[in-house]
Amino acid sequence: MGLVTPDFGLIFWMTLSFGILLYILAKFAWKPILATLHEREQSIEDALNQADKAREEMLALKSDNEELLRQAKEERSAILKDARIIRDNIIEESKTKANQEYHRILEAAKESIHYEKMAAITELKNQIATLSIDIAEKILKEELSDKERQKKHIDNMMDNISFN
Amino acid sequence: MQVTSRFKRYNKKAVIITLLMLLTFVASQSVIANEEKAASGKFNAGEMIIEHISDAHEWHIMTFGETHVSIPLPVILFYDGKLSTFCSSKFHHGKETYNGFKIAEEGIHKGKIVHVSKDVNGQEAEDTKLPLDFSITKTVLSLFFGVFLMGFIFLSISKSYRKRGVAAPKGLQSLLEPIIIFVRDDIAKSSIGEKKYQKYLPFLLTVFFFIFLNNLIGLIPFFPGGVNLTGNIAITLTLAVFTFLITTFSGNRAYWVHIVNAPGVPWWLKIPIPLMPIVELVGVFTKPFVLMVRLFANITAGHIIALGFVSLIFIFGEMKPALGYGVSVVSIIFYVFMGLLELLVAFIQAYVFTLLSALYFGMAIEEHHKEEHH
Repeated sequence: MGLVTPDFGLIFWMTLSFGILLYILAKFAWKPILATLHEREQSIEDALNQADKAREEMLALKSDNEELLRQAKEERSAILKDARIIRDNIIEESKTKANQEYHRILEAAKESIHYEKMAAITELKNQIATLSIDIAEKILKEELSDKERQKKHIDNMMDNISFN
Repeated sequence: MQVTSRFKRYNKKAVIITLLMLLTFVASQSVIANEEKAASGKFNAGEMIIEHISDAHEWHIMTFGETHVSIPLPVILFYDGKLSTFCSSKFHHGKETYNGFKIAEEGIHKGKIVHVSKDVNGQEAEDTKLPLDFSITKTVLSLFFGVFLMGFIFLSISKSYRKRGVAAPKGLQSLLEPIIIFVRDDIAKSSIGEKKYQKYLPFLLTVFFFIFLNNLIGLIPFFPGGVNLTGNIAITLTLAVFTFLITTFSGNRAYWVHIVNAPGVPWWLKIPIPLMPIVELVGVFTKPFVLMVRLFANITAGHIIALGFVSLIFIFGEMKPALGYGVSVVSIIFYVFMGLLELLVAFIQAYVFTLLSALYFGMAIEEHHKEEHH
């Protein structure tokens, strides 16, 4: 058979069998194979994307955590600061109150001492007056009991008085 | 220590395999040559080579002395509106006439089945009208074998794809997957474009693996292989016609406009003598024609060279047996070298055919032609 003259029969069989092969492979082999390859590539891509996303999420989560931590710290220091202020205020207030109370008590004490003193002085005065009267009475009694001397004394005084 | 011993073991294996391969090459090729010698007395290298790369109505396996071992194949003929089917063994290796049909030994129809009729003198003469030959010849059987093998391989890996889903490929699947992806990404996607390549992918994959697999089968020197299938012009013609039809039917407006009125070409090349349209129109047909010839010529040439090296042994062996043995060493070395080269060619030709087909499809569906002449 000629090398460069195509045989009709061979062309016929080739067309037939290649056509059938093409049909069968396209339908039952290439379609599922290519679909699976595509699916696999898609799933790999998805997995990579998801990994990226997860990493991003983790980073976000980490920064969120840091933010939370920072906020918590801030809050803590704020609370501490507040507490300190409140404590200082309370101390200050109680100091002031104590002071006031002290002054009030002191004043009251002073006043009561003053009154007591006054009362004591008054009583003392009264007693002194009474004592003085008693003493004076006694002295007078004593003095007046010696008539001679009284006469002399009056005479003495009469002498001193000039009647001019 | 362990590594070297393992390496040695592999090395030994490789040597044994190589020796076995050489032995089978020599054995198979020597029976081929012996048969030639037996037939015509003297060894004729050209005749032997042409016979081995051509089609035949029987599948010759080997010859022991005068006994031919060959598989007879069915002959299916249409002549004068009549269908006649019989076994090719009725021809007795092309020596006898059966039912008015015989294999022409001489002339332009040499090797083809012709109808003979007796003239007035009782002499047999070939009729000028040839019967329509639908016989299952050697090439057709090899084609069926290749097609079945390919169908089997791809349907089985398709099954494993369906079964394994998106899991990593395994076995045959992992061997073929990189090639499938190569055809898809580097041939179809890059030549046709991201959008429309999927439509053409089944054809491109089928063509690629058909050519590649049959090229490889053609390199096997014994029974199911060794047929010059992809180096047969009828086969490459059919493949090229498939490409041509797909290109022509998927050609869009821009494609036909480009043929009739090629952009970027001076007007005087189109009017009054339509030189460019003629050139472009011829180009439409030369593209598939070149596809056909390239594959045919490359594979046939590979077979011819390989057989030529083997023939050298017998040409020198006829002069002096010792000379034949001496030359056989050199010949086999060259044969093995050619075989390795043909492995590369098997892939390259499949790649080139598929790539060019894809490029033609790409041209046919391209939306906006660039302002340059192809």
